[in-house]
Amino acid sequence: MENYMKLQFPAKARNEAFARAAAGAFAAQLDPTCEELADIKTAVSEAVTNAIVHGYAKKSGQVEMVCKIVQEEFIVIIEDSGEGIENIPLAMQPLYSTVPGEERSGMGFTVMESFMDTLDVDSAPGKGTTITMTKRIGQDRYGS
Amino acid sequence: MTIRTEQIGTTLVVKLSGEIDQSCAGEIRSDIDRQLQLCPIKNLILDFAKVSFMDSSGIGMILGRYKQIKARNGTIMIIRAQPQVDRILELSGLKKIIDCG
Ligand SMILES: Nc1ncnc2c1ncn2[C@@H]1O[C@H](COP(=O)(O)OP(=O)(O)O)[C@@H](O)[C@H]1O
Ligand SMILES: [Mg+2]
Repeated sequence: MENYMKLQFPAKARNEAFARAAAGAFAAQLDPTCEELADIKTAVSEAVTNAIVHGYAKKSGQVEMVCKIVQEEFIVIIEDSGEGIENIPLAMQPLYSTVPGEERSGMGFTVMESFMDTLDVDSAPGKGTTITMTKRIGQDRYGS
Repeated sequence: MTIRTEQIGTTLVVKLSGEIDQSCAGEIRSDIDRQLQLCPIKNLILDFAKVSFMDSSGIGMILGRYKQIKARNGTIMIIRAQPQVDRILELSGLKKIIDCG
């Protein structure tokens, strides 16, 4: 099966719920388990939230989300044209956050990494950030 | 997201429902903190039975309340977390410091 969809929305917090629901609804074509679906929604929520609160912390802008299905694989690409990340390995460390206080936990990238099969972060200061994540659906369906 | 609170003696029970993300974590935080300031509360029970989704935005919210209750020598408990929420609690290490039922 091959399919794709593309969404664009302004960086507003109320679009977080919309984006993860849309990604989940699209991924449903692969007949995922409840857990696989929850993993996708959670990872998408983290990436979209980061685009909104970090990417566009100082200005408004657009977030773009592309979802693809290639055979049994679900692929999601979330892109902002915001601030970008200076030190990607540091940003990806568990508990690392540039927002002080208790508002952010610094666990966003850790969640994306654990809930999806692959996570790729492409970012440049002043240019923006592109997050690509993949997950194979139905991995345990025919196994063991 | 809706929040209902009920005080039983020195225990505040907070019943959350809906989805917890960055768009509402701040509101939950200030709702609970208002009660903690107004009333002589020692213990906090967070009832997650009707929470269908939580991302890492909920972790900071829980951790902040944990610190306040600790400072009062009280106990904080999370009850009835659904599988998706439970995995976030596990991954964040919150399960190691908070009784999650
Ligand atoms: N889209 C983005 N644009 C700019 N900076 C980002 C973006 N995503 C993540 N970051 C940076 O990476 C850090 C870690 O992200 P994350 O693990 O999600 O933790 P948190 O969001 O709780 O800070 C953020 O504090 C931020 O500095
Ligand atoms: Mg984050």
